[in-house]
Amino acid sequence: MKFRTRAIHIGSEPDSTGAVVPPIYLSTTFVQPGPGDWGAFDYSRSGNPTRARVEKTIADLEGAAGSLAFSSGMAATHCAMGLLESGSHVVAGCDMYGGTYRLLHKICNRNNITVTLVHADDAAAIAEAIRPETKMVWVESIGNPLMSVPDLEQISADIVMHSATKYFGGHSDCLAGALSAKTPELHRQLYFIQNATGGVIGGLEAFLLHRGIKTMELRVREQSKSALAIAQWLESHRSVARVLYPGLASHPHHQRAVRLMGDQFGGMVTFDVRGDIETAKRVCKATELFGLAVSCGAVESLIEQPATMSHASYDPAARAQAGICDTLVRISVGLEDPEDLIADLDRALGIAGGA
Amino acid sequence: MTSSSNPESELGFGTQSVHAGEARQKPNDAITDSICCASTYTFESTQSILDYLKENHDREEYGRYGNPNEKVVERKLAVLEGAEDAILYSSGMAAIVGLLMCKLSAGDEIIFFDQCYHRSREFCVKHLSRFGVVTHQVKTGDMGAMESAINSKTKMLVSESPTNPHLTVIDLEAFVAIGKRHGIETLIDSTLATPYNLKPIAWGVDYVWHSATKYMGGHNDLLAGVICGSKQKLEPVRKLRGILGSINSPHNMYLLERGLKTFALRMERHNHNGQRIAEFLESHPRVQRVYYPGLKSHPSHAFAKKTMKGFSGLITFLVKDADWKQTAAIIDKCKIPRIGPSLGGVESLIEQPMVMSYFDYPIEQREQFGIYDNMIRMAVGIEDTDDLIEDLRQALEAC
Repeated sequence: MKFRTRAIHIGSEPDSTGAVVPPIYLSTTFVQPGPGDWGAFDYSRSGNPTRARVEKTIADLEGAAGSLAFSSGMAATHCAMGLLESGSHVVAGCDMYGGTYRLLHKICNRNNITVTLVHADDAAAIAEAIRPETKMVWVESIGNPLMSVPDLEQISADIVMHSATKYFGGHSDCLAGALSAKTPELHRQLYFIQNATGGVIGGLEAFLLHRGIKTMELRVREQSKSALAIAQWLESHRSVARVLYPGLASHPHHQRAVRLMGDQFGGMVTFDVRGDIETAKRVCKATELFGLAVSCGAVESLIEQPATMSHASYDPAARAQAGICDTLVRISVGLEDPEDLIADLDRALGIAGGA
Repeated sequence: MTSSSNPESELGFGTQSVHAGEARQKPNDAITDSICCASTYTFESTQSILDYLKENHDREEYGRYGNPNEKVVERKLAVLEGAEDAILYSSGMAAIVGLLMCKLSAGDEIIFFDQCYHRSREFCVKHLSRFGVVTHQVKTGDMGAMESAINSKTKMLVSESPTNPHLTVIDLEAFVAIGKRHGIETLIDSTLATPYNLKPIAWGVDYVWHSATKYMGGHNDLLAGVICGSKQKLEPVRKLRGILGSINSPHNMYLLERGLKTFALRMERHNHNGQRIAEFLESHPRVQRVYYPGLKSHPSHAFAKKTMKGFSGLITFLVKDADWKQTAAIIDKCKIPRIGPSLGGVESLIEQPMVMSYFDYPIEQREQFGIYDNMIRMAVGIEDTDDLIEDLRQALEAC
């Protein structure tokens, strides 16, 4: 079965009631057959039927040995970092989510874990940064907000982390994270950490996440189509200095993106306005359809300024080194009619008065 | 969405699905609407109650009269339908009951086309009759028969378009013309079409009725019904709903609002899958006949093309030389569609109308309704088109 069919049916198999949509289990605990005699579920931190269903769907869609669902993307990231030990070294892409940067540099560092930042799209730089004590290479595909495309053919991932709040949930109404493991052994190790640390997704959120996944293929396909049209339009706009989108021929790793993703490149577009930090701020404030907010991947379009919003938790020097400049504007393209979105951006760029 | 430069009615359908009816800036600056579960709403002082009663402020009072979550969806659905107003109910049947109980009195008459949802027919024939309302049924699409059945007591003309399960599409121009000629209100059940494909209000229809459980909710996880029309005509209907109590819950209304965000995408996919699968079935030697408005062979294809943008996901077909058990065997062989009533969700459903809805009817009556033993109705979901076609192929060829 193809992706969309699996998204709808795997994990939604009928239960004894025949319900087309499986029930939502809010139960925190489960009655056991006898002392020391454990049923399929015992306590909802260790496992919950609604969570188990969405984990099954995600594992199938990822082609993973197993998946785990968390209360947020950061809870999932933290669980993965739980594989590290004191003295471990991490090589990470320099354009990564500000929250991951903060976790690595301000929490993990307390356990004597060190980080080397490299440009994630440069496989040689990653290889060069690896030391004997390097335990993890962490890259975003696609990089945020600079849209870098790492060479995944060379990197060969063992774990996939999603902020499932974004495209998986897709409706800006549930926080969720997911880890998918390549091997059963890695899945077992991650499950052990998840159960021990407890950052699990709740039953209601697991239901909303599962509901969102059913339309994910439709949404991402439409968002990719609209984002490409908007990126092409932005590229020809006189107030825009540069557009970063893997689907554009002008993107430094466009061919690699085509090899990895085919003809769909997601709904995130970053661009540099002509002007200064204030010009970028004015653009973000002037849109009417694009909401001014962090996050991305949902049905409604959003706009933000990475330097002051999503990536404000970077140290300013690290931000500058990564190339996240003050004139950068990031948009998350939703499901609105692309003509309406272009009209909105055109008006905002006009009002902002880019040089 | 409140915006100076973009009147909601001028935005694209996809933009309306996501934003229409919602406040641009919501409480606590949240991007999505909150779920307001309160059963009752408080007043600051006695004077504020008096002001509310005197000036009819737009605010909540008691949950049976309305809640913020259903109001936002009502505004969104009104925009999508091109109507002034919309009233939501706890189910599609609650919506039609709410409308007819308001508009009809003892001695009034109502005319239906005979292809219709069997529970709407049952409500009119078995229950409205107890209150002195007379129901006439005429052959579907026969405008002459409908006009002949009109007399001075006739208050409403009712049709589905497309009808269920025969997918007959009504010539809305002729239907509305009859109503206008005689000063009688018209009602279209547009559940199978949805406003993505058909805008009955634009054709001059007075009331549009949907089971919002179907394509509008779209995920088979909520029940809801809606009546759309002019503010003036719907005002007494809304008041009666407050007495009957058939309002929907805030939780459900949140799920409906969420479902509507992907409405345009889902309908585009239902239309695509419906057309492709109908064409596949029509070309298959095991299939005797396919009822789908998008097929040239369908008797009302011309009216479908005249009134609709696409033809949705419901397909009915007859299996060649099969009795009811052989037909059931094909259904049981399907691996992707689940067996069950309803339609319009992301997952495909399949059923045999004779078994699911008409098992208690004698065969003569079934055939009078056009429900044949070898009839299968498939509610095509949004799964991959080729997966669904391959599954139907193996089911048809296994039996």
